[in-house]
This record gives sequence, C-alpha cells and structure tokens, in this order.
Amino acid sequence: MTGRAENAVRPAPALRRAPWLRNRLRNIAPFATLLFLVMLFAIASPSFASLDNLANILQQISVTGIMAVGLTFVILCAEIDLSVASIANAAGVILAFLTAQDASVNIANIPLPGGAAIALAIAGSALLGAVNAFGMTWIGIPSFIMTLAMLQIGAGICALLVRGQIAYAVPKLIATLGNGSLGPVPWIIIVAAITLLLGHIVLTYTRFGRYVYMVGGNREAAEYSGVNVRAVIATVMIISAVCSGLAGMLGVAHFGSAQQDEFDSYLLDSISAVVVGGTSLFGGQGGIGNTIIGLCVLGVLNNGLDHVNIDSFLKILIRGLILLAALIVNVYAQRLKTPMPGDGAG
Amino acid sequence: MMREAALLELRDVAKTFGGVTALRDVDFSLKAGEIHGLVGENGAGKSTLMKIIAGVHAEYQGRMRLAGRDVRFRSAREARDQGIGMVHQELSIVPELSVAENVLLGMQPLNRLGFVDWARMRRIAREHLASLGLDVDPRTPISALPLGMQQMIEIARVLFSGARAIILDEPTSALSPPEIARLFALLRKLRTEGLSFIFISHFLDDILAICDVVTVFRNGRKVAEAPTAAIDKAWLIERMIGSGHQELEESYLGEIALQSRADAPIVLETAGLGLGTLFQDISLRVRAGEVLGLYGFMGAGQLDLARALFGKIPPERGEIRIDGHPVRLRNTAAARRAGLAFVPESRRSMLFSLEPLYKNISISILDRISSLWLRPQRERDIARRHIAELQIRPQHPDRPLGTLSGGNQQKVALAKWLTFLPKVLLLSEPTRGMDVGAKEDVVRIVRGLRAAGIGIVVASTEPETVLSLADRIVVMRKGRITCEFANEAVSKDRLLAAA
Repeated sequence: MTGRAENAVRPAPALRRAPWLRNRLRNIAPFATLLFLVMLFAIASPSFASLDNLANILQQISVTGIMAVGLTFVILCAEIDLSVASIANAAGVILAFLTAQDASVNIANIPLPGGAAIALAIAGSALLGAVNAFGMTWIGIPSFIMTLAMLQIGAGICALLVRGQIAYAVPKLIATLGNGSLGPVPWIIIVAAITLLLGHIVLTYTRFGRYVYMVGGNREAAEYSGVNVRAVIATVMIISAVCSGLAGMLGVAHFGSAQQDEFDSYLLDSISAVVVGGTSLFGGQGGIGNTIIGLCVLGVLNNGLDHVNIDSFLKILIRGLILLAALIVNVYAQRLKTPMPGDGAG
Repeated sequence: MMREAALLELRDVAKTFGGVTALRDVDFSLKAGEIHGLVGENGAGKSTLMKIIAGVHAEYQGRMRLAGRDVRFRSAREARDQGIGMVHQELSIVPELSVAENVLLGMQPLNRLGFVDWARMRRIAREHLASLGLDVDPRTPISALPLGMQQMIEIARVLFSGARAIILDEPTSALSPPEIARLFALLRKLRTEGLSFIFISHFLDDILAICDVVTVFRNGRKVAEAPTAAIDKAWLIERMIGSGHQELEESYLGEIALQSRADAPIVLETAGLGLGTLFQDISLRVRAGEVLGLYGFMGAGQLDLARALFGKIPPERGEIRIDGHPVRLRNTAAARRAGLAFVPESRRSMLFSLEPLYKNISISILDRISSLWLRPQRERDIARRHIAELQIRPQHPDRPLGTLSGGNQQKVALAKWLTFLPKVLLLSEPTRGMDVGAKEDVVRIVRGLRAAGIGIVVASTEPETVLSLADRIVVMRKGRITCEFANEAVSKDRLLAAA
C-alpha cells in the first residue's frame, strides 16, 4: 500500500533533486529581486544608498503597507479586494468631512470632535467592507466583481462629500500620525510597522489566522472540516476594509489634503506588493513576511528609478514588467508545489 | 450468432492501465436493429469497453470492425464521424439554448451571408423531431423541458449527427416510470428502423424490459451473453457477482447476518427530509454504537443525503434531530458543533495537501483546543497520538500531507474526527479505490468507533462496502428509501435486487 503509491506521489525528477529550492522559490525569488535592485541602484546612483533615502523609501511605502496588510488576508483566502484604494479614499474624505475646515474650503461639512470623526471614518470603512462581505458570502457575487462595484461606490462617496473641492484639515491625532515624527522616526512608519506586525501575529499565531490559510489552501476541505468558511471570508473582507480606512486617514494627513481620486495608484501598488512578495494568488501560501519584501521591492524600485533619472513614462512600463515577472514566478511556484496529488493510487 | 450481420464487432479486445488489466479477451458484437444490454458491477470493464468503442481510448489490443470494415478510432471525433453516438448519464445538452439549437449543435445551417439561418434551422429540427414522434416546439429553451424529454432530445441530436450505433449510459437512472415508458417506445421505434443501441444500466428490470440481448461483465472479462427472453434477474445477478472460485474472497457471496441494536438510544433521526430532486421523504434513525449502511446506485441520492446531514447542502423539507433535539444545520460548522462528523468520498475535498499532517488533523478541533492563540505543540501531540493509533506512515507530524500515500491520507481524514469523538460519523464511500489492506484498516477503525458508542452512517454505491461495515442497511433508489434490511441475513444479490 505504501511503497508504490509514495513513489507515484513524487514530482518530476528534475525537481526532486532540489526540493528545498522548489518549496522556497516563492520566498527566495522576491528576496533575490530586492537584493538585485538594491545593488543595482546603489551602483548606479551615489545618492541611493543613504540613511536619509532609506527613511524616504520607508515613508513612501507606509500607506501602501497598511493597505497591503488587509489585502494579504484577502489574497491568502484566494479572494481579491479591488476596493482597497477606493475605501481608503472614502475614509480619508469622511474624516475631512467631519473635521472643521478652513473658511476657504467650500464644503457643506459637519464638524465633529476629532475622536468621533476618526471613529466614524473607521466605522464607515468597516461598513463598506461588510457590504463586500455580504455580497460575496450571502448573495454569492465573486469577489472580483463585488469589490469592483465597491470601488465605484467608494469613489461615489468621495465625489458626493467633497464635490470637487479639496479639504485640508484632519483631527490632530491623525495629523500627528500621518505627518509627525517620534524623535527621528516618522509616525507613519511606526504605524505601518505596527500594522504589519499585528497582521503577522494574527496570521501566524491565532486560530483565525490558521483558518485563513486553510480556507485559502482548500476551501472545500475547510468546509468539510466544519470550518465556517463564509464567516472567515466575511471577516477578511472587513479586516481589509479597516486597514484601508486606516491607510486612507493617514494618507490624507500625510499628503496634506483630502480629495477625489487621491489614492488611485494605491490599488495597483498594494496588490503588486502582496503578489510580488510571493503570496499565492491561489490562496493558502505566503504571508506578511512576503508582503514586507514585496513592499520593499516596490519601494526600492519607485525610489531608485527617481535616483537614476529615468524617463518617468518609462517608469510605468518598468513597474508593469516587474509585476508581470512576479506573476510568472507566482504561478510557476504554485505549479512546482502542486504536483503532489491529494489522491494518488492507494 | 449471425456474425456476418453484425454492425459492430470486437475481437480479442484487451486494455491495460499501467500494470492493471481493465479488460481482457473480450469479443462483442452488436447487430443492426438490436438493443444490446451491458451489465456488470462498478469496475467490471463496461465503461472501458464503451470508451474503446467511442474512440476515447485509442490504445488497446484486438480488432474492431464496423459494418464489415476494420476500424481503429484515434479520437472520439473519429468514432462520431463513423456513426458511433454516445449519450452520457450526465447529458451534454446546452441548457441555455433552444431545442433546435441543441439538436443541430455544431451543424447550424447558414444563409448566404454566413449567418445562422434560424428559420431553416427550426424547420429542420421540427421535421427531425416529428420523424421520431417527438412533439416539441423547437424554440423551447431546453432547460424548460423535463429531464426525460431532454434525454430524448439528446438522442435526437446524436441521431441527427448521423449515428447508427448509439451507446446509452445509464439512461433510466434519473427517469420516472412514465418517462421510461416513453424512452422505451422511442427506442423500439428506432430499432425497427435498423438503428442499434448499447444499453448500459444497473437497473436490471429495465435491461430485461428493453434489450434483445444482454452481455455480462465481471473483473474485466465478458462472462456471459444471452437473449433476454431466456433469462431472468436472478440469472443476471448470479453472473455479475460470480459463483465461487477466484472471486470468493473478494465478494460477499455468503449471507451477512445483520444485528441492529434496538436498545441503544437514538442519536440521529430524520423525518421527511427532502431536497429538490436529490432525495425525498427520508426518515431514518441511527442508534448509538450502530453502523447504518445507506446503499444505492450512483445517483440514488445516498451520497447527497450524507452531505445534507453535514449541512453542506441544507435540505429544504423535513427535520433532523440529534439526541432527540431538533437542529437546523445551516452550514458545516453548525453540523460539527451539533456533534456530526463527515468524511467525503473524494480525498481532494477533505485534505490540505501542502499543509503538514498535524494541521490537517487539528483543523476540525481547533476551537476545542485553542481559543485565540494556537497551540502547535498540543496539535503535534494530538497528531502523534493518532499517527500511532492508526499506524499512519510516515510518522512525522510535520510532513506535508501530499507526500503521504492515498491510504494514509484516508486515515488522516478519519483521524481529524477522532480526538473528540462525534455523536454521529457520516462516511461517504469510505473504501472507494482502496486496496484490500487499506480497506481492512478502515473496517477496523469503524468497528472501533462503533464499540465506542458512536452512531455511524456509511453511504456507498458499493455493496461490499455496506455489507462489510453495516449493522443495518437502508436501500435508496432514485432519491427514495425503498427497503430496509435489519435483523436478518442479507447477501449481495438481495441488495442488488432491492436497489
């Protein structure tokens, strides 16, 4: 019973020789990419490899990083959330809408105490996440379509609240976290680091985190094991929306303004960060560690391209190519790991 | 037999998969204007033979002649072009399209501009259907028709594509008696026109009612062929099961004495459970320390019933009671909390092949051993205990599950319910595709759980599985319970006759 079937389970001979490499390709490839890019830019530009620039890079990836934490949960469940940037924008706009603005800002807003404004902005993003969750788990809309609709809804909320205007003021706490520093370290980096750390702890050390991996690894098997799959998926959608909400509030403070279409580029950036980092689009493989590497790759790339004075239009193309390469590695890594069938003869 | 009159003739056909012989030394002939029945248990070789005839298996030994010419089909398309049609149990109609579009699928008439000529298409379809005695508006969406009519439309489609010999795979399994009567009337009409059919079925009454000749397969061999006028159901069952000799150890020829435990408390009870066309009016009782076998052919509803009892597909009607209390199982998590456990028939749908063994075992008990924080050491300890108890190989709890053999994976699927024993364990096809050793392991584990006082339901399409495990057997047919065997001796032939 055992001997023959076990042989049948082994993958192709070429891969058998290096199982260690095969199983870790998902983690090694992004890390190698990061090292390569750092070395490349360090050689190409003397201003790149400096402590100041490191702080720059970290600051540039902080907002994306907070968003990417929630997205990591979603992608680990083999779902997608296209509404992260839109919800972030909505949360930022709601926050500004509920804060007393300068007389020059022509918005019919409702000033509230700072704490209430923050709470309502977070609650608003959680509500949008809950609508995503409801559409996906109760009505059965695929996440791709459901969150595409939410992308529009979030944009609509922003449009309605600011009506083409730009708001500047946010509550003092958010202004500090978004734009202030604790000693030499900008608060936004600290918040991003704490969010990433929390995400990692939840995914790695809690029961819920295990459910996320197992639901992503084999949804049907999770269901047949008595896991409430719908509750898990609903929860990750809300987590993603709350992370987006936090990112949006800090982002508004960081950029110094709240307006429509402010976060548009962050959708692609956050998805890229998760996927470039090596978290499987098919679910169940990867994690916050991967997302951190992915964030660094994107951050170094964006920042480094500025240092070497490349045509800014070419930058967009290069980012697209890097994302494509990461997708190829992602799918290839999946293919390397799957040929151990769940149902060998036996 | 008049060999020269055969439309289709196979000589010395054999087929092996890897080292396993699926078919050996088979002669088979189908005459023009004949309905030829094909019976045998699962794995007897019927479907292998049909796939050779239909061009699905291109690699085989032996010869095939069609209308006096040697043929060797290299693809299903080639077989179809030469006049071999096939109607599968799962119909291959396109539900969104109209009757006319389905009948002329892939052969739509075009007008001069290269667009579909709808008027001509409808006219052709109407004439073709009328010639078969089918009175259907060709514009009707096919999904609006009852299943029996859909099947006849599919036969009409196969005929329209030029088939002279049509293989029907379990054509009656989903039909009601009046629908069967209409199907048979159509087949008889087509027979007089010289068309030939191969009629594969588990329903021996249907075989005897419609076929001219029947061929019996067992263990990859053709064991008998006879005109149906000369035989009866008992004759067929006897030949399907085999009579002694080499199969004696494998099959349960002898009678199995069933002993139910009328004194034990009822742990699971259903009343009037129903879900769509999958199953209706299911009232069952499972007692503590008892194994209830649910037997039926493929599609009889017993596997769907097991899924419904675990909350995977919530039933629409009826009631489920556990320990006498009514429960509503909205999802599998609710079923698990109510004390139910389930092992599905397919390994792929119960295992996480990239995750280590211990995570596969602990997934169903995580909420019992940890509240917020995981306790991986505890999980590994539990896994080690089950590995030792069930003799799972390899023994290391951190090995990815995908590296285990099939039999060992099956044990892991059972092990995840053994840490905290459920009240009722539902097993769907627990020994399908297993070798003898692995089957014995499963029987041993199930016996042990029964001794521990668990109520166990074994749903299967394999008589041996039910007979080797059950204390009481309920037989299902087309979604309904037809009879129950309890406190009596039962043999495989009686079980087959009842299904």
